[in-house]
Amino acid sequence: MDDPLARYEPLIDDYEQFRATCAEPLPQVVRVNTVKATTDRATAALDDAGIAYEQADWYGELLRLELEKPGNTWPYVHGWLYGQEEVSAIPGLVCDPQPGERVLDPCAAPGSKTTHLAALMDDTGLLVANDSNLGRLSALRSNTERCGLTNVAVAKSDARNFSLKPFGGEQFDRVLADVPCSCEGTVRKNPDIFDEWTLDHVHGIAGIQKGVLSRSIEVTEPGGTVVYSTCTFAPEENEAVLDHVLGEHDVSLVEYDLPLETRPGVTEWDGAEFDGSVRKAKRVYPHLNDTGGFFCAKLEVHA
Amino acid sequence: MRDNDGHQFGRLPATERDREVEGRPTREAVVDFWQERYGIPAATWGDYSFWERGSGKVWAFHGEVPSPARIQGLGMSVLRTDHEHWKPTTNAAQRFGGLATDCVIHLEEAEATAFLAGHDQEIDRWDGDWGYLVVTHDIGGEQEPIGTGLYLYGELRSQIPKGRQRDL
Repeated sequence: MDDPLARYEPLIDDYEQFRATCAEPLPQVVRVNTVKATTDRATAALDDAGIAYEQADWYGELLRLELEKPGNTWPYVHGWLYGQEEVSAIPGLVCDPQPGERVLDPCAAPGSKTTHLAALMDDTGLLVANDSNLGRLSALRSNTERCGLTNVAVAKSDARNFSLKPFGGEQFDRVLADVPCSCEGTVRKNPDIFDEWTLDHVHGIAGIQKGVLSRSIEVTEPGGTVVYSTCTFAPEENEAVLDHVLGEHDVSLVEYDLPLETRPGVTEWDGAEFDGSVRKAKRVYPHLNDTGGFFCAKLEVHA
Repeated sequence: MRDNDGHQFGRLPATERDREVEGRPTREAVVDFWQERYGIPAATWGDYSFWERGSGKVWAFHGEVPSPARIQGLGMSVLRTDHEHWKPTTNAAQRFGGLATDCVIHLEEAEATAFLAGHDQEIDRWDGDWGYLVVTHDIGGEQEPIGTGLYLYGELRSQIPKGRQRDL
């Protein structure tokens, strides 16, 4: 397909603005790692180093930097900053893990969500960070160590068959399934993302996503929370995956607040109709908040 | 006694009497090491479990999992105990070195930059113990540890791993 983004014209009311924003580059963003420094101290260090930044108004721990390589600064060396896309902070906030809880990040590498979850847990409890790829796990481990985290257990497995056995067999309070996806929402960072795009790939990866989300639900205790997120627009990978698990498991979508402009999940796509509750999921289009694209849903697991 | 299996995490024995794996350091010895050399209070480690994976490599985990743990990572590697002098890792120095009261050397900015770049440097003002020191500098209005240095014969040798060295 020459222009995959054109598929989404029927879903987006200000489509021209959407396309224009997708063609613009993204600012460099870092999140303050509050395990090692307060936002005040991190920004004081940036001030001392003469590095300009702008705090995101919706989440003060996110700083937009006018700097190509934040890795070559003292605050980064100290593990006070983590380079990531602004929207990558969404699923951790929606997951809302509490200190002392048991939390699973089944598709964890390279670690932007893991390090955020650990900070939200005050580096206590048990945070299991799983990934299937050894090279990516190595990046994850160096990121958790640079961030000074001590509550993370790193596991290597296919998230569709994740085993509770190494962790005492107990289920989790919360799971953040930030699944592999076609990454259409990262187009501002990776303008080449559509070179390899095919509808077959979208359908193939949607099968993996259903497997990961199903297993995530199975390892969550009744009353627990599962957050499902992608950085893509394709409803096949978003609402269709939710619709699938709603039919297979005793779960429901729940409303949540997010201080960003969003659009509700879509209930119809390409001739298919989805459960009406998928409207509780949120779509983040790049032009709404000048960010990357994102999709995020919060589910409650029943007995 | 069993041999250490370098591919899994095994919990450190509480004391010498509880030791089941040849040569494995005890929890008591690890806690005492931080206290006696660096003045880091034993209570710091109250909620931590200690583990060995790889020969003499000690990890600190802020919680509990069943032992042995056949997983890829568990908390933070904090200490190498496979030589006569135990060596704190860069990550442990950064995370816990702020609690240290002894064996802490404070660097001026030019010295700190050279230390981070991996350079060894003559520093003759140190009159404390030789060996592994917590190395600090000032940032954001306070003192902050950068990593571990080895002080011998008037020279501070940077122990920052190659992948963490930076030329600022």
